[in-house]
Amino acid sequence: MSDEQRFLDRLAERNAQRGDEPTWIAARRQAGAARFEALGFPHRRIEEWKYTDVRDIARSDFALATDAEFSPATAAALTLPLDAYRLTFVDGVFAPALSDLGALPEGVQVLPLSRALEENHEAVGGPLGRLTGVDFSSFAALNTAFMEEGAVVRLAPRTVVDKPIVLQFLSRAGEQEVMSHPRILVEAGGRSEATLIEHHVGEDGAANFTNLVEEIILERGAILTHYKLQEAPLKDRHIASIHIEQARDSRYVSFNLNLGGGLVRNDLVSDLNGEGAEAIYNGLFYGQGRQHVDNHTLVNHNALRTFSRENYKGILDDRAHGVFNGKVIVKRDSQQIEAEQSNANLLLSDRAEIDTKPELEIYADDVKCAHGATTGQLDEEAVYALRTRGIDEQTARGLLTLAFAGEVMELVDLDAVSERVELAVAGKLPERFNLAGLVETASAFNEG
Amino acid sequence: MLEVKDLHVTVEGSEILKGLNLTIGAGEVHALMGPNGAGKSTLSAVIAGKDGYEVTSGSITFEGQDVLEMEIEERAQAGLLLGFQYPVEIPGVKNIYLLKAALNAQRAARGEEEIPAPEFMKLVKEKVGFMKMDASFLQRAVNEGFSGGEKKRNEILQMLVLQPKLAMLDEIDSGLDIDAMKVVADGVNSLRGEDKGILLVTHYQRLLDYIVPDHVHVLVDGRIVKSGDADLARELESRGYDWVVEDSAA
Repeated sequence: MSDEQRFLDRLAERNAQRGDEPTWIAARRQAGAARFEALGFPHRRIEEWKYTDVRDIARSDFALATDAEFSPATAAALTLPLDAYRLTFVDGVFAPALSDLGALPEGVQVLPLSRALEENHEAVGGPLGRLTGVDFSSFAALNTAFMEEGAVVRLAPRTVVDKPIVLQFLSRAGEQEVMSHPRILVEAGGRSEATLIEHHVGEDGAANFTNLVEEIILERGAILTHYKLQEAPLKDRHIASIHIEQARDSRYVSFNLNLGGGLVRNDLVSDLNGEGAEAIYNGLFYGQGRQHVDNHTLVNHNALRTFSRENYKGILDDRAHGVFNGKVIVKRDSQQIEAEQSNANLLLSDRAEIDTKPELEIYADDVKCAHGATTGQLDEEAVYALRTRGIDEQTARGLLTLAFAGEVMELVDLDAVSERVELAVAGKLPERFNLAGLVETASAFNEG
Repeated sequence: MLEVKDLHVTVEGSEILKGLNLTIGAGEVHALMGPNGAGKSTLSAVIAGKDGYEVTSGSITFEGQDVLEMEIEERAQAGLLLGFQYPVEIPGVKNIYLLKAALNAQRAARGEEEIPAPEFMKLVKEKVGFMKMDASFLQRAVNEGFSGGEKKRNEILQMLVLQPKLAMLDEIDSGLDIDAMKVVADGVNSLRGEDKGILLVTHYQRLLDYIVPDHVHVLVDGRIVKSGDADLARELESRGYDWVVEDSAA
């Protein structure tokens, strides 16, 4: 039996248990399965997958979780300490007990996909799959074949959401490895504003497979800050295909922070379709042991005067392997474009590896584009200088490693997020690196 | 407090220090002078613990402890602090953070609690004012984009906050205009005290008009060939180094 067939058999099993579904869903499922079967799992002879070997996923036999039981104490320890609206999923299954939607403000909908389908499946069926179709990749096709849970976030025009919306995905340790295929749909109405935090985390020892597809639609003037904090257990496999469609004057700010997972692949695609649309991609990946982290980004400048700025930082230790592939495409007649891209990497060990490739395809003439990639080691002079001030070597290295990530991290204004990153990247430092309190005191006496 | 005995040091196979002896007692300011290439910077680098220097014989003790057996950070925690001739830029690490982490490391080594934030800010504010620096310096990355003079002031600021028992200042006067020199000299003078020592490494006598040393040593070809008081520095200024070199060869 082929690897693909094993997944298709799981699908048939699951389909047999399902009740009646709207015909459009059944049709998409079929289309997804057919496309997956035709494409097969990607192999390394495909340019897009040259550096990422997914055989570890293909050869596994993943079941589908049937319940969302999770130790409340463990969940509490894993959950970001943030005042937020929160949906929690355990191995892909919605966990109402671990969710908190409080009183959502008027104009804001945050629903598990299953409930959104029950309430009004046609409203979901219109946008779903429009940005990320089954042709995007075999993983997107596989997700479409299996899709049943996830989240739907809808913001009415001019709604400003007061608290972050957290979508938390917990991975369980257990005898049977499981897979989940979450589907996220975000529709932000004109001039709405929100912060969305997607948090992937789990129990030590978990070895599951998350195959996420996320479609984000920003109407005219909408602003979305999207944190993806991926700190999944080290044996977890994590594939995410994220597609953002941006109308005129909309602004999308991404923080793609990858600390966990054994095998990680993110595809981030923005379509800047209206004048004035802006995409800002901030990325940080930290790999240790034998972690493999692959970030592929693509910005399509489809309209004139659209802007993109991308800054990815990679820190790789031990035998970790990082991949960065950033592509910018400027369509013909898309004039007065500004696109910047940079990827800097820090290798903390001789055996760590990075493959970085910035790509520009420009078919217009009035554009300002810049890109660059650098790779280096910690500055030993700086380590020495810190030690001569009494700071121990481990702390000095931690400080400098975190300082390397600083350009990205100083833009993170959620302490709960930056503390997680700090701890993972630099270990326990003597105090908060950002020193929010100190900074305030210092600026106070600057003024006085 | 510091005792250097018959110190021989090689760098990449060639001997730079060839039997150096130096004793610095509490309350004393020593100036180590000498022509370029005499090994002045090597001495302070070896005491601070920089890589690449091999001590082939001799000893360095600080308050009875064998300095050569101590880690770099332990030396600093014990109160031995080096001010660099060329301070290193440390992108991404704010001055305020360096100061706090360094001060707390020193306190931890003494078994003391971390300094409370208000007390720390008060201390730093006072020292920044003393060095005539703008408080916005604290929020900038260590030495990044600083002028030569700013870097030197920053070294002294670190000293003022950390209050070393023995401050070693390597060519702290190089690249300073006269106003900056006065500020730096005031800073160094404020570090003087009955229980503290200072070692100034300098090529020029000019600095010693502002920081008057108790002892002046001339280092030539890896050895101290002449010692005296502040008058020796003035003599060197007017006569140059050649006569000392010739005397020592004779």
